[in-house]
Amino acid sequence: MALAPQPTQQGGARTAQTPTVPKGDQKRLLIDLLLTGLIASAIFGPIVGMNATAPQGGLVLEYRWAAVLWLVGIVVVGRLLLHLLVWNRPDWVKPIHIKRLGAGLAGLGLVSLLLGLFVVKAPWFDAAGVFGLIAGAWFYISSSNETAAERGAPSPLANAIEPLGKYVGVALLLIAIALPFIPGVDRRIVDLAILMLTYVMLGWGLNIVVGLAGLLDLGYVAFYAVGAYAYALLSTIYFPLWFGDGITPWAFWLVLPLAGLFAACWGLILGFPVLRLRGDYLAIVTLAFGEIIRLILINWYDFTGGPNGISDVPRPSFFGIPFTNDENGFAATFGLTYSPLQRIIFLYYVILMLALITNFVTMRLRKLPIGRAWEALREDEIACRSLGINTTNTKLTAFAIGAMFGGFAGSFFATRQGFVSPESFVFMESAIILAIVVLGGLGSQIGVVVAAIVVIGAFELFRELNFLKAIMWEGFDPTQYRMLAVGVAMVLIMRWRPRGLVTKRDPSIYLKEKKAVSADLVAQGHG
Amino acid sequence: MEYFLEQLINGITLGSIYGLIAIGYTMVYGIIGMINFAHGDIFMIGAMISLIAILALGLTASASFALLLLALILVLAIAMILASAFNWTVERVAYRPLRGSFRLAPLISAIGMSIVLQEFARIAQGGRPKPMQPLLSGGFELMHRTTEAGDFIVRISTIQIIVIVTTLALMALFTALITRTSLGRAQRSCEQDMKMASLLGIDVNKTISITFVMGASLAAVAGLMFFLRYGVIDFYIGFVAGVKAFTAAVLGGIGSIPGAMLGGLVIGLIEVFWSAYFSVEYKDVAAFAMLAVVLIFLPQGLLGKPEVEKV
Repeated sequence: MALAPQPTQQGGARTAQTPTVPKGDQKRLLIDLLLTGLIASAIFGPIVGMNATAPQGGLVLEYRWAAVLWLVGIVVVGRLLLHLLVWNRPDWVKPIHIKRLGAGLAGLGLVSLLLGLFVVKAPWFDAAGVFGLIAGAWFYISSSNETAAERGAPSPLANAIEPLGKYVGVALLLIAIALPFIPGVDRRIVDLAILMLTYVMLGWGLNIVVGLAGLLDLGYVAFYAVGAYAYALLSTIYFPLWFGDGITPWAFWLVLPLAGLFAACWGLILGFPVLRLRGDYLAIVTLAFGEIIRLILINWYDFTGGPNGISDVPRPSFFGIPFTNDENGFAATFGLTYSPLQRIIFLYYVILMLALITNFVTMRLRKLPIGRAWEALREDEIACRSLGINTTNTKLTAFAIGAMFGGFAGSFFATRQGFVSPESFVFMESAIILAIVVLGGLGSQIGVVVAAIVVIGAFELFRELNFLKAIMWEGFDPTQYRMLAVGVAMVLIMRWRPRGLVTKRDPSIYLKEKKAVSADLVAQGHG
Repeated sequence: MEYFLEQLINGITLGSIYGLIAIGYTMVYGIIGMINFAHGDIFMIGAMISLIAILALGLTASASFALLLLALILVLAIAMILASAFNWTVERVAYRPLRGSFRLAPLISAIGMSIVLQEFARIAQGGRPKPMQPLLSGGFELMHRTTEAGDFIVRISTIQIIVIVTTLALMALFTALITRTSLGRAQRSCEQDMKMASLLGIDVNKTISITFVMGASLAAVAGLMFFLRYGVIDFYIGFVAGVKAFTAAVLGGIGSIPGAMLGGLVIGLIEVFWSAYFSVEYKDVAAFAMLAVVLIFLPQGLLGKPEVEKV
């Protein structure tokens, strides 16, 4: 049942990766490369090389052998480089050299990318930069031949940065508060920041369930959906029905607590049956619950509007004052000139406040008995129960509180978009939120912020990769590759840094003096 | 009655497909204790490759039956080999380096791999569903009754016969492989105690790789059968089919191959009868609810052994 480490694997990652080619054996190396090429052709050959399209109804094959050749070539050359530089390197080349080479390449790549973006504006600079970054990262990753345990330990870089940790948080907060008024910040950036903060909030909410209580929840998006639909339905149909139209400007503020409450109830409802489950089974059942809620939203046409969703969801108001261009509007009331940006900035502060509340509550809860019980549950459920902790209540509160923040975020999402539909709440959304939490480091609050900025920022960056269009083939669209990148990132993080970007964990209880805890000493996801 | 029989046949056909996928889940879970979340997508890749191979060979319904059957066997072989290459690579790249890591690491990596496979297929082959004219038509009438309300006919189509026969043949083959050969012995020993098996000279890594290859080749068979039966595939079919097949694996008792087949049949029948007698819209809800109910109330499955945790 448990993933028993095998005796053959005692070297950790290195033995797992090292192929059986002895040093200097050209023939074996050639065979290994040939096999690599064969496998790569098997993988890319049919799916990439032969595209089944239906230009005039019937399916026909469109051949793209050049693309296959490129892909297979990249894989084979990459493996050859790994052989020469990493696995069978000459004795005078130490892993640290490769690591530095990787870091150097990545640095050069970054410089080239920035030059290309802002100074020279030549696509080739950008391209060289991106490939430098990728190659550098690859060398850096593949040179780490520590054991699985060492991989979780903080890197020298992290050790250097970590004392600055508390300042990073404060700095980020100050930047976040001042952001809309920094010169040069336009609507697009504020919109992006709103999106990032939404994911920060979702990440923090999920972090309570996964990072603190150790219960892997793959259906978190369900609570996001509950919050969004609660606001959409109440504000468009039921509030006008019960209280008349006058209530609409206040709807968001009235529904917000209700949405949290509904989501928390759903957290309890869905949490209750899965109390006995742990680990993989728990993950799959939560996934099933998430899908059930989405399917019901699609099919319960009379109530939810089905796949069309609900449109004309009321926009938020400044505590009852709408952001409109008339004498009752926000601008006129406060003697400002009207600008559509005012609403965006207000939304930005709303989500910033909601996210900070999430963080504050989580930090406080960690110091309360219930927070300690969560962490105890994550470390060892059986020991936890033996010591008299009520695991039922502990699990249910984790689900409910995590869900509540998901519900808040959902309400915010609905009022920002002005439109909700089941399409926004697919499994991929759960996977992205989970990826953010995992990338940041399960259980780390600041890690979630960093990861959300990286992931959502990277998503946005894919839109800006115009230079790739210039050097790649006709009709190349970088945005198509966003989810692929998320998937690759999830695999790479698990291989390279299973504890996430931020490897430090704050102990929730300590004697006399607070010491940093390496994430490796924290059990994760046994629940 | 006729309607019931018709649905029964449909259910058994669908159940066979789920069962074939479920075997891959159950074997991998049995041996390394992880859910190969990407397995459903291997099924999708198998279906895609079958479609491409059929197009590349230029098969059409006008060819003679014998020729078509031979060509389909060739397509099957291609799909099995290529899908195996996919699953082998997935294991090599995403799971093997994580053995001995914390418990959820392989699952998260598997979710990542599932996204990668789906997106790979979507980018390379486009997001639209790929429909195709049925290759094999025809079938047999099992029952024909004329009443004043009209004619009642129970038919079994050639494709359904092929699906059921292939499944039975493969089940027999794999059961023999597991129970009779040294490879099967190695697999069973790894399932019981990996460390002890490796001490006794079994190459654990190789055995695990072969398990993935076997699972993938069965998923590829399921992919071809699914494509022949339903005639339309897209990059997303792996997700739902994967979840249902996993339900089947758990229902049958995880780690048990006959259990996986039995579970697959039960899930297939439930899905078909649910759609036939209740509502088509909620058939996936029924499947997901079934998964939750089975995991919560029957985690050891029908043919599995209860799991005892030692402290």
